[in-house]
Amino acid sequence: MLILTCPSCGVTGEETEFHAGGEAHIKRFGPGSDDDQFHSYLFAKENPKGVHFERWRHNNGCGKWFHAARDTMTLEVFGTYPAQTLEPPKQIRDKITAKHPGWKWREFS
Amino acid sequence: MSDAVSALNGATYNGFVTVTELGLRGMITLRGDLSSAGVKNAAIGVTGVDMPGQRQVHTVKESGLAWMSPDELLVMTPYAEVGDKLAQIDKLLKGKHYLAVNVSDARAMFRIEGAGVREVMAKLCPVDMAPDAFTPGVFRRTRMAQIPAAIWMPSDDAVQIICFRSVADYAFGLLKDAAEPGSEVGLFA
Repeated sequence: MLILTCPSCGVTGEETEFHAGGEAHIKRFGPGSDDDQFHSYLFAKENPKGVHFERWRHNNGCGKWFHAARDTMTLEVFGTYPAQTLEPPKQIRDKITAKHPGWKWREFS
Repeated sequence: MSDAVSALNGATYNGFVTVTELGLRGMITLRGDLSSAGVKNAAIGVTGVDMPGQRQVHTVKESGLAWMSPDELLVMTPYAEVGDKLAQIDKLLKGKHYLAVNVSDARAMFRIEGAGVREVMAKLCPVDMAPDAFTPGVFRRTRMAQIPAAIWMPSDDAVQIICFRSVADYAFGLLKDAAEPGSEVGLFA
């Protein structure tokens, strides 16, 4: 079971208090984009075994969205950070590097 | 005008704690910038209690303020005064960016009282109810079995619960079941 800390309200709760919202840091391609871009935006997901970045919502609490960095295999949570960020904070990336040197996820490493 | 009644009309149950539906309570959802002087003044002005910090609640009798999220407060008042209080908020915040809505009839409030209240809540919510972790004054929005709920402890032997009115019967059933005599675990005894 995942234990997540909501960066909006500070509650540390277990996963049934939250709801997963899919992969994080996806760039949207909407009207005006070509078919390949739209296809990759809609369907191409990382779905890794290991380091992953996700969006979560504290739906049984403050109701806010946030980001979480975790390991899909060990369920280790590296950290959570606000939804209003375009990339994982350095502190969390350093923590992942310490555990998984050379990790890569989309354009982040 | 028709008579307003609460979801369970003040139903009670005596188990190893007493469960009471508190009847009609005035509740106003107030959203806005909680750090702004305007919102603070309006909230304090209509309730007469101090501004709560993150995940805190302050109450005096039926009035109070609870911290719901970084941009939302729950303003509690006696049911009969909710219209006046709402008008007062609207007047105090005129021209500012805010939202205030009377949600009294969309909610139900329960109170459980007795030595085993921590245990009853621990059975239903994924929350650490240990006396040093959950103290009176802490306001926690969480999940009670299958429904969202907000809980706080007005004193060491009482818990108050707010849930949606539509699930009041389910919530009452949960609390009755968890408070059934003979089902004490004695975790916090």
